[in-house]
Formats: sequence, C-alpha cells, structure tokens
Amino acid sequence: MAMLSFEKKYRVRGGTLLAGDLFDFWIGPFYVGFFGVTTIFFAFLGTAMILWGAALGPTWNLWQISIAPPDLSYGLRFAPLQEGGLWQIITVCALGAFVSWLLREVEICRKLGMGFHVPFMFGVAIFAYFTLNVVRPVLMGGWGHGFPYGIYSHLDWVSNVGYQYLHFHYNPAHMLAVSFFFATTLALSLHGALILSATNPGAGQVVKTPEHEDTFFRDIIGYSIGTLGIHRLGVFFSLAAVLFSALCIVISGPFWSRGWPEWWGWWLNMPIWSQWP
Amino acid sequence: MADYLNLFTTVQASGPVHNGVALGPGNSPRTGQPGISWLLGKLGNAQIGPIYLGGLGLASLICGLIAFNIIGMNMLASVNYDPVQFVRQLFWLALEPPPPEYGLSWPPLNQGGWFLICGIFLTASVLLWWVRIYRRAIQLGLGTHVAWAFAAALWLMFVLGFFRPILMGSWGEAVPYGIFPHLDWTAALSIRYGNLFYNPFHALSIVFLYGSVLLFAMHGATILAVTRFGGEREIEQIVDRGTASERAGLFWRWTMGFNASMESIHRWAWWFAVLCPITGGIGILLTGTVVDNWYLWAIKHGVAPPYPNVFPPVIDPALSLGVKP
Repeated sequence: MAMLSFEKKYRVRGGTLLAGDLFDFWIGPFYVGFFGVTTIFFAFLGTAMILWGAALGPTWNLWQISIAPPDLSYGLRFAPLQEGGLWQIITVCALGAFVSWLLREVEICRKLGMGFHVPFMFGVAIFAYFTLNVVRPVLMGGWGHGFPYGIYSHLDWVSNVGYQYLHFHYNPAHMLAVSFFFATTLALSLHGALILSATNPGAGQVVKTPEHEDTFFRDIIGYSIGTLGIHRLGVFFSLAAVLFSALCIVISGPFWSRGWPEWWGWWLNMPIWSQWP
Repeated sequence: MADYLNLFTTVQASGPVHNGVALGPGNSPRTGQPGISWLLGKLGNAQIGPIYLGGLGLASLICGLIAFNIIGMNMLASVNYDPVQFVRQLFWLALEPPPPEYGLSWPPLNQGGWFLICGIFLTASVLLWWVRIYRRAIQLGLGTHVAWAFAAALWLMFVLGFFRPILMGSWGEAVPYGIFPHLDWTAALSIRYGNLFYNPFHALSIVFLYGSVLLFAMHGATILAVTRFGGEREIEQIVDRGTASERAGLFWRWTMGFNASMESIHRWAWWFAVLCPITGGIGILLTGTVVDNWYLWAIKHGVAPPYPNVFPPVIDPALSLGVKP
C-alpha cells in the first residue's frame, strides 16, 4: 500500500526522539511519529482558528481573507480573540507545527541514516518567520507589528512597512538578501539545466559524464564547481538569502527608524573624502 | 551522530588536472594552463581553467566591455572626471535613458544617446554569449538546457529595455544603468502603476523566485545529507538508481507524501528557475501597456478590497514630463 518497490527494506523501527515506538508507524506514504501527531494537532488547531477568523470576517473571498494581529494599543499583552487574539493563537500554532515538522524530519533522517541538512535548513526558514512575527514585534513593543495572515493583506503589509522606511531597496541587508535570492535562482537554473543536458543529450546520443559537465562550465566561464560543490553552493546561498532577509527586517524599526536612503549618509560624509581637494 | 555533514572538503586529494573532454574539428584550442586553488577546493573543485574563448566568446567580451566602459565613462563625466567623487558617489551615479520627449527617436549623445549605444552593445554581448553557450553544449554532445534557461533571463532583460519601451513609445521607459538608480526606477514603476504587488504576474514571479530558493535549499540539503552514499553523483544515480536516491526519495515521501526522482528534481528546478523571469517579464510587459493601475485592476477582479476615497484626486506628475498616460 502506497509503497515503492524498494521501500519495504527501509521501513525499519527506531530513530525516534520521543515516545519510543508508540507512534513509530506509517499511514500511506506518510511517516507519523510523535511529532507527526503534534504537527497534526497544531496544524488542525491553527487552520480551524483561521477558518473561524474568516467566518467572523467580512468576506470569504480567498484573496481577501485576513487575520490581523492585535492593535498596537494592546502592546505585548493578550488581545481578545476577535481583536487579534486569533492571530496570536495562530502564530503559536504555526510555530508549534513548524517545529514539530522539523523534529519529524530529524526522526526520518535518523531512520534513513542521512545527515540533518534538510531539518537544519528548515530551521533557518522557521527562524526567519520567528524573526518577523515574534522577535521584531517584541523589540518594537507590540504584536501589532507582525504581519497579517492573508494572501493580499500580507503583501499590503510588506508594501506599507517598506514605505515606512521611505524606500526599502536602500536597506543594505535587503540588498544582500535580494542578491542572494537572485543568485540562488540563477545557480539553480544552471544546475538543473546542466544535469538535464547531460542526461538528455538528444536522440541517439549517449548520456554524458561529470567530466562533460565540468568541461562545459570550464569552457564557458573557466571554472566548474563540481557535483558536490554545487549542492554546497545552493545550501549556502539559500541560507544567506533567508538570513539576510531576517536581518533586513529586524533592523528596520528596532535599530533604524528613518528612511533607508538616509542610512547611506555615513558613506557620503566619511572624513576621508575631504582629505583630497 | 552529526559528524558527517560534509559542508567542506576536509582532505583534498590532488591529481593531474583535467584539460577537458576532447573537442571535435573546427574548434579553437582551449586557453590557459589549469591551476589549483586550495581555497576553492574546500568548497568544490580545486581546478581553475582552462577556458574556451573562441570567436563568439571574444566578440561577446569585447561588446560587454564596451558597454561597461560607456557606463563607467558617462558616470565619470557626470562628476566632472573627479576620481574621488566617482568613488564617493558611485552607487548614486547612473547612465540614464533619454527623457520621454524624445520618444523612440535618436537623442543627442548626452541626452540618452550613450544609453542607447550602450544598450546595443550590451544586447549584442548577451546574444553572442547565448550563441556561445548553445554552441558549446552542441560541441560537447550535451543538451541545450542551459542556453534555453539563459534565454528566459534574456526575455526579462529585453522586455525591460526593448519591448516595453517600444510599446510605450519611448526609450525613456527603459531601466537606467546604476546601483541606486535602477532601484529608484523599480520603486517608481511600482508606484506609478498602482503598486506592482497587485500585479498577478509579479506575484507569480516572486512565487517562483522564492520557490527556487526553497527548492535549492531542499535539493542541496538532501544531496549533502546522502553524500555518504554517493548521492552527489547524480548522473550515475539517474541512470542506475542507488541507495542514495532511494533514501533521498523516501525522506520526502515519508515527510510530505510525495517525492521527485533524481532526474525529475532537476526538471522541477529548471522550470521553477526559468518561470521566474518568464512570468516576471509578462508582468512588466503588461504594466503601462495593458494595465495602468494594478490596484484598480485588483479591485475590478475582486482580488483587493476597495479603500475609502479620503483624498481628493491628484494629477499624475509624470504627465507634465510628457509621459503618455
């Protein structure tokens, strides 16, 4: 049932972090585990809160449904459910579900004898979410600084917060984050294309080798990072994209409250410029 | 437990350098004696070079250098050839496109003429580079997937600097060359056309941008996690599935109920990365040509809620500069 031809021999007991072999089983293709149960608990509760919030709200239009954080007047206190309390519960549920999912990934890694790279990378993504909706609101002194849960409302939040700092593109950490996003996407296209080009060389031709891959990139730009290196590069670049994203928003407000174009004044006003005529 | 992360190469074996797969007749010889870099070897291959220059590569580099120098010399001229101010103001300097009143006609050199010349050389450079990538793939017996992925990026570039300005009837619509100026252009375009966040193709483009980063994080991490089973030898795993592929696949199957194969993950990767500039280019092409205000478009189509009209209507300041509405 729902098992790949080679799957049976990999479905071994053990590797769990908690609860021994109590939840050490699969449902269809899914591994359950203790953290699968907690994932379902938090995900179900959080989704139910979103649906309830939508039911209380003015619209069922998918694009416009939004669960807003509490008003700034509530500061860091609990808010009534209909006035941001739902947002607070959903945030807790989201973090609970994300961390449960991460620990479940750790258990699956242990079962399969794999490194822990994937749960680590997922942890970095959780960290970015935590920075946006917990760290920064706490530093700013109000849950109202979190972003609302809605498809277009969260874009409005990004837009509004961006213009609060006049022109967010001038945020140096934002510049680095965007550069890493673009660079990661470029590297991904090159890696995907290179593997596909070696394994799909055209009708009647034999599949090519890593030597061909290396030769192609050396011919083009003089360097080929290699089969192992490209995956390290992808991991480091995507890591940097997410970490600089978290940095660029957490410094906006807590550490810099004026327009970001102004920030660059330090460069224009360095004493070194007046040393020359 | 966590002693096999394989983030850096700890022991570097050094053997003879590889000069590359043999080339057929009609190819130039490769340039440069391959060298070894210990630092690069920590991350990936230690070998640098050789490179295949060829006629196309040489022509592309020359055109690119001319464009680069036109930008630099125009920036230098804008600070009266003062090298100190050039460095000080470098991020603020620009080679700007012509003012809107010139439309699609040829402006004087210092009124955007240099900008157009620079665009011609830059376009020639990237097109020559495209042909070069395509030819190198053919000569090595590879598929042309890299060239077509590059073509997707060129689509976005040509929409920004060629197709959209023509549809708008003015070269002034093109993006200036410069660090801060191109960011200013981006913000101004978004505001002028009612906030690009409401442009559904912009939204799709960002989905594919973030999706690509997510995919590379997932794929890179998965492969690194199975390198102890030889998972980084992807071509081998594709044609002859080994335990690395099986574990990598089962990890995702058990986690989210679905997994790619060693080959199909690279198709996901290629399409996500390629669709980012394709959808982005569509979004830019429609902006100002088909849709004048993405916020009003979003209200019309039930995507965004209307906000109360609390301010009196204002006249678009761009109209006074000769921009056609």
